[in-house]
Amino acid sequence: MKTTNDTTVDARGLSCPQPVLMALDTLKRTTASEIKVLVDTEASKENVSRAVASQGWEVIRITQNDETYQLDICRK
Amino acid sequence: MKNLFATRWGIIGVGAFIGVMAALLQYWGNPGNMGICVACFVRDITGALGLHRAGVVQYLRPEIVGFVIGALTAALIFREFRPRGGSAPIIRFVLGAFAMIGALIFLGCPWRAMLRLAGGDWNAVLGLTGLVAGIWIGTRFLKNGYNLGRTHKFAAAAGWVMPALMLGFFLLMLLSPWQEGAAQSGVLFYSLKGPGAMHAPLLVSTIVGLIIGFIAQRSRFCTMGAFRDLILFKQPHLFSGVIALTITAFITNVIVGQFHPGFEGQPVAHNLHLWNALGMVLAGLAFALAGGCPGRQLFLSGEGDADSAIFVIGMVAGAAFAHNFGLASSPNGLGPHGIAALVIGLAVCLTIGFTMKQQS
Repeated sequence: MKTTNDTTVDARGLSCPQPVLMALDTLKRTTASEIKVLVDTEASKENVSRAVASQGWEVIRITQNDETYQLDICRK
Repeated sequence: MKNLFATRWGIIGVGAFIGVMAALLQYWGNPGNMGICVACFVRDITGALGLHRAGVVQYLRPEIVGFVIGALTAALIFREFRPRGGSAPIIRFVLGAFAMIGALIFLGCPWRAMLRLAGGDWNAVLGLTGLVAGIWIGTRFLKNGYNLGRTHKFAAAAGWVMPALMLGFFLLMLLSPWQEGAAQSGVLFYSLKGPGAMHAPLLVSTIVGLIIGFIAQRSRFCTMGAFRDLILFKQPHLFSGVIALTITAFITNVIVGQFHPGFEGQPVAHNLHLWNALGMVLAGLAFALAGGCPGRQLFLSGEGDADSAIFVIGMVAGAAFAHNFGLASSPNGLGPHGIAALVIGLAVCLTIGFTMKQQS
């Protein structure tokens, strides 16, 4: 599983449910209080947002750069 | 802009709409408990094109055209049209083919399994049990790192292939229109009897298909994802849409007199419980490994996803093999080689599940 560092998940180009699996896996393993997830479709953006919310995290910021969405996710 | 269709009530609304419309399409002429069946309808299109010659299942179903063009329209309006592909296309082709073969052993895709249940066909319980089992196997592979690899951005033309193909089919239908009592019109084949001869009016089917394509693209409606997300993440979002579909189809069926409970004598169905279940194990596993039910694959192909388009072409090939080789079931029971195809399909899908692990 690719993480560019401990707190960034690059799920661009991956389709459902891979981005969610990767994001949740990182949430479980990390000791950090904030992680970033990169996705490139609206559907992945919505799915990751929904999934992390159910794990006690929340998306605090979404920035779009070209076709990449960066989701900044914090512990609630 | 917030996507209202992606909310809980959004997906429930979409499921509810599909349920009502599916039951009404049956009322308006589509086959029994088959107001919408993505697998059956793709199979009917395969027949209309003459790629298989099973006389009772030939009709260029305009609902399928509508699904792709409706999704394309939504994707263009909301700037989600993203031509992309290159994630193990040949694997997706094979998964599409075996998903179709599995669905035709049961006689329905997940959409129709829900609609059969909503029409009182209890054989659907076996199909749905198999579907859930197949998806469950798929989730085990996903947990163990199964992955078809990343997609890449394509030039716009690649994303337009599937919508253009569908528009071409629709044009063919206008040039070779259905005529009472004609088995062939222009280049297209039509059924004189059987489910292929039962269809709602062209305009009605097209409009309903377009609307469903549009709202399903917005909501990401997926009948496989419904069970997968529930199993994998305990996430009931998509599942609530499927439940809404089943309930509203049931209510509509009761109102218009289409609810006939029982195991025997159900339309376009057989009651071989084991094979109903195992057929859908194969289909469910193939859908899970490909990341979407046949409807979702059509909607994604409308968004420019060339991998989903390949899956759909795989379904066409699967339908052709299913009827040319006697793999598909009929109300009389299994096709002569259905079991052989099922065994091969399961072996192929399990091999794909065990071996496709991309280091991403």
